[in-house]
Amino acid sequence: MSITNVLKFNSTEDVKLLDARGPRFGALLTTIVLAATLVTGSLPLLIWQLGVFALGAFAGPQATPYAWIYRKFVKPRLSGDIPTEDSRPPQFAQVVGFLFALTATLAQLLDSIAVFTVAVSFALAAAFLNAVFNFCLGCEMYLRIARIRSAISMRKTPEDSYNLPNL
Amino acid sequence: MDNYLPILIVFTLATAYGLWYQRSRGQLKSKSSRAGKPALTASDIGQDLGSRVTLVQFSSAFCTPCRATRALLTDITTDLNDVVHVDIDAEKNLDLVRRLDVRSTPTTLVLNSAGIEVGRAVGAPKRADVMATLNGIK
Repeated sequence: MSITNVLKFNSTEDVKLLDARGPRFGALLTTIVLAATLVTGSLPLLIWQLGVFALGAFAGPQATPYAWIYRKFVKPRLSGDIPTEDSRPPQFAQVVGFLFALTATLAQLLDSIAVFTVAVSFALAAAFLNAVFNFCLGCEMYLRIARIRSAISMRKTPEDSYNLPNL
Repeated sequence: MDNYLPILIVFTLATAYGLWYQRSRGQLKSKSSRAGKPALTASDIGQDLGSRVTLVQFSSAFCTPCRATRALLTDITTDLNDVVHVDIDAEKNLDLVRRLDVRSTPTTLVLNSAGIEVGRAVGAPKRADVMATLNGIK
């Protein structure tokens, strides 16, 4: 493989394209559910959102009930060009949301109100930023995580520093 | 009893961050080229630098605006034979990422003919800003 192939971003690989407005609509519903969760401390609401995140993270953002509501009720009312996006960025955000919701659920079950509040707050902030400001969580977080991970693995085994595990 | 304090804090901080995020992302900031060292050389990017300008874009897989940035910069540079656009996978080139202190994607560096960084955009830049920057570099 030439250096150019290693170096360059592979934009020709098969990527699944989504209607970019779908995940943003999902983020709006997520914001509402998580806001209600934060105010009431409701475990059923949190477990519902945990399930939605799990579907988005493992089956893809188009597999969530929010994506279904978007396709069924919102999309038919929209006109104009369909902005598309790679499915991987919103899926990454669903994985991060899932981890925060999982932490919050465990904290709630163990009666740790502080951890519950912080975990729900972070997930809510990310969903709100995505819905209102079109915030791209993968853009901001992923490279920082990769840098930290490689710094840690480089300290352990310098020669393996580029064989990073997949997220 | 319901507690509204956490949600108040979250929405306040997130809104402040969101406004800053929206303003800063995509802005093309110029850098003084004097006393600069080449940021990247031909051997770093595996091909010759542009004879006038090289646009070095850092991308990652979990990044929606990277696609738009790639399309825009490819479109702009196709017609210009003295400007080169290179798209680098940030995750596979963490040594370059660290050296150039790239923190998020897409980040686009504007290099002059000597490979010195004269501008940088974090987030998807606007067409007019890229054109203005290109026109300002001899």
